Formats: sequence, C-alpha cells, structure tokens
Amino acid sequence: MNITVTLPSQLDDYTGAQRHLVLSLPVNTLTLAGVLDALELKFPGLRFRVVDEHQRIRRHIAMFVGETLVHDLTVPVPDGGRIQIVGALSGG
Amino acid sequence: MNKNREPAATTLLIGTKKGAWCLTLGSDRQLRQLTGPMHLGAVVSHYVEDPRRPGYQLMAVGSGHLGPSVFVSTDAGETWRESTQPPAFAPVGSTARAVDHVFWLTPGHASQPDVWYAGTSPQGLFRSNDGGMSWQEVVGLNHLAEFVDWRGGDKDGTPDGPKLHSVIVDPTDARHLLIGMSSGGIFESHDEGGTWRPLNKGVAMDFYPPKEDGSEYEYGHDPHCVVMHPVHSNRLYHQNHCGIYRMDRDKGETWQRIGDNMPVEIGDIGFPMLVHPRDPETIWVFPMDGSGQWPRTSPQGKPAVYRSHDGGMSWQRLDKGFPVSQAWWTVKRQCMAVDSHDQTGVYLGTTNGQIWGSFDGGDSWQGLAMDLPQIYSVEVAERAE
Repeated sequence: MNITVTLPSQLDDYTGAQRHLVLSLPVNTLTLAGVLDALELKFPGLRFRVVDEHQRIRRHIAMFVGETLVHDLTVPVPDGGRIQIVGALSGG
Repeated sequence: MNKNREPAATTLLIGTKKGAWCLTLGSDRQLRQLTGPMHLGAVVSHYVEDPRRPGYQLMAVGSGHLGPSVFVSTDAGETWRESTQPPAFAPVGSTARAVDHVFWLTPGHASQPDVWYAGTSPQGLFRSNDGGMSWQEVVGLNHLAEFVDWRGGDKDGTPDGPKLHSVIVDPTDARHLLIGMSSGGIFESHDEGGTWRPLNKGVAMDFYPPKEDGSEYEYGHDPHCVVMHPVHSNRLYHQNHCGIYRMDRDKGETWQRIGDNMPVEIGDIGFPMLVHPRDPETIWVFPMDGSGQWPRTSPQGKPAVYRSHDGGMSWQRLDKGFPVSQAWWTVKRQCMAVDSHDQTGVYLGTTNGQIWGSFDGGDSWQGLAMDLPQIYSVEVAERAE
C-alpha cells in the first residue's frame, strides 16, 4: 500500500524538515496507528510527540485521513490515501 | 574571605516560555555572555545542571503541540539528546492520565550519580537511573491508592495545571525524599519513594472550609516552593499559597508560620523561596499580591525581595535597584537562585522576561537581561576551573 503523508513544521526536529513523503508498506489493510508505527520507524521519537502514552491524539495535534478530521488511531487508511498531521491553531 | 571557595565563573541556566538561555558571569561578577536560544519556541519549565558532574545538564522541554520531554546535554548545553523514554503514566485502575509537561527536575543523591527525579503536571513523580535518558514511574507514589485523594481533582490545580514540584533528596540520606504538590501538600518518603506520608501539620488551608471538629486537614494544601537546607537538613522552609513556614525536624513535625512576621501591607503570599547555602537562618522570598482577585503581581506594583537573617523571625525589605513604581511583574516558583560566593549572589527571573542579580546578598539589584520571554526557571551552575 502507498500512503502519502504530510507533516507539520513542529516535527522538523524529528523529520529533518521533511514535510511530504510517500510510505510504501507491505500490508493489505492499514489503520492510522499503522501509519504512525511506520513513521516512528523512519523518524524515531515522532510517535510520542503526536500521541500520548494512552494512544490518544495530543490535544493540540490534528490528524486528517483524506479530508476527514479523525479522533482516534483505529481509523482505516485506504491504499493511495492521504494522511496529514497538523499542529492545531492554539496558544499565543 | 576564603578565596579558594570562590567559583571562577557563574552561569545562570534560564528556562522560559519560548526556549532556554545561559547567562555567564565572570569571577568579577561582570556579564560575560548571554547565549541561546536553545529549543526556541518550546516551553522550558526547568533547566538544571548536575552538581555531581559539571557540564551535565537536563532540560524539561514541552510544547503546546508536541507534549512533554526531557533533553540531556553532556557538554554544558552545546548539544542535546532527547530522552528515549520520557516520563509517561501507566493506567491506574480506570484512570489513564497523560503527562502534560515535565515541571521539575532534581539530581539524585551524591552517592547515586546517575539518578534523577522529575515532577510532572498533572502530579506524578518519575525517576531515571541512567542520567535522564529513560524515566520510570515512582509507583509507590503514583499508584498509591490514597494518591487520588492527596492530589485532588481538576479544581485543585494551578491555572496551567496541577503540579508536582520541589522534589528534594536529603543530602544526608539518599532514601529520604520530599515533594510538594500544588495542590496536595508536602509528602515525604524514608524508603526512596516506596512509601509516603503527609507532612502538613500547622499549615493553613484558607481555601477550604474549616473542619467541624476543629482538626486540621492532613493533605490538600498548596505549597508553592519547599526547600531543605543543604547542610543542616533538619531545617525546612516553604512558601505556601497560605503563608511562609519553617520546620525544625529535630524539634517536631509542625510547621511554624514565620510569614506572620512580614509587614501586614505586604503579606506572606508568593511563589519562590531560597535558603543560604551555608547559613540556615538566612532566607529570601519574593512576595506577590494575594489579595482580592489574586492579581499575582508585585504588591502595589513595587517589586521587592524580603530577606531574613534569623530564620524568619524578622524580615528586611530589599528593593534598591528595582523600579520604584508601576512594575507589575512577579517571580515564579523556580525563578530564584543563589550562588556560593562569600558575597552571596542572588538571582531572579520575572514574568516579563527580565533577569535581575544581586551580588551583596540582595541589598541591591541590577538588571542582567531585560528582554527575554517570560521566565519559567533560573538555576545556578558554577565552574571552579
């Protein structure tokens, strides 16, 4: 499965400022959790920065599958799907 | 004067709302350099050097977006590595708390050179046995059945979250630990964190109704900053939401409100508290306005440090050099520090991003850096060279 991922500037220290990438994963089904696992392998430390110790998306992080804002990691991700992780607008 | 004891250089480690900086003073107390930022844009709640290993530093780094972490430097802040296992809570029963930020860092006992402790928001205590690279819960506290009652509910925290702070390792006994919780109170362990008990007798709790039987609340208090004298470890002080207190452990376990000796128009509310590194009778506080709506500013907009040379029985106002009016800043709980010079250096960081220093024990003050972000912590690192 090929998944397109867009990452926010807040994660530059972990990604080397790579904002867009395509993950090619040897699986037939995939959830958002699986995408994060793949990102963690590629960018160690990234997962805990966007998801807390109980697998909840952090309060000021938003995740989209396609155009849909999702709230948990069990959401299925289709082949050819797009994932976008966003630093939510918050604070001053 | 013992010249041999004087450090060659003093560096202030400064954590702010938007990153960290280092301010270095020479042995002549002249400003050498201000370096930074480090971790620009991140909240640095605490930035501490290991007195057991000069140049080894830990920094509590948080971000509104990316959650809590701890970074480690082995070269005095030149380079940083992120903890591979930051503090994180395991579920306790049906409760699954998540660490919002690491608020406090304390090096372990001199006999345990790789041990560090961390206090978090919401309240939790963590320990590292590898110099801060990985962290484990102190389950004797975090998973204790009574801990839920001790730390209270959502209404019992500070405006930016309830905190575990003032982690103290008794220099005379590695197994003796104290912590403060806002809210919750002061608690101590004599078995390195295995078991805990409250230590709050005599402390006012004006924000709760008095008990009908006239007895004291055992916990639920709001200590802001707790200190133990580094040599005379029986002497404890703390600045509380409800006053300034002292305890002599060899004479009992009841806190004495020494803040009653402060001027009435100033009161005895504040956040930070310092004790002199050699003289247990000399202490400093920075009062804030805790009247009415609790503006948490300098009283009347006139900043001043108050110092006692007799363990809090009397206090002197020290405001020489500070603005004389219309200065509405205050000082957070880990934003005052003291050095080891014979002519004691006292330092503070303000809510409007200023670093002030005194090189005469607080008698007079001068601005050292005036345009940093809001200061969250100030610690001293000294180099013998």
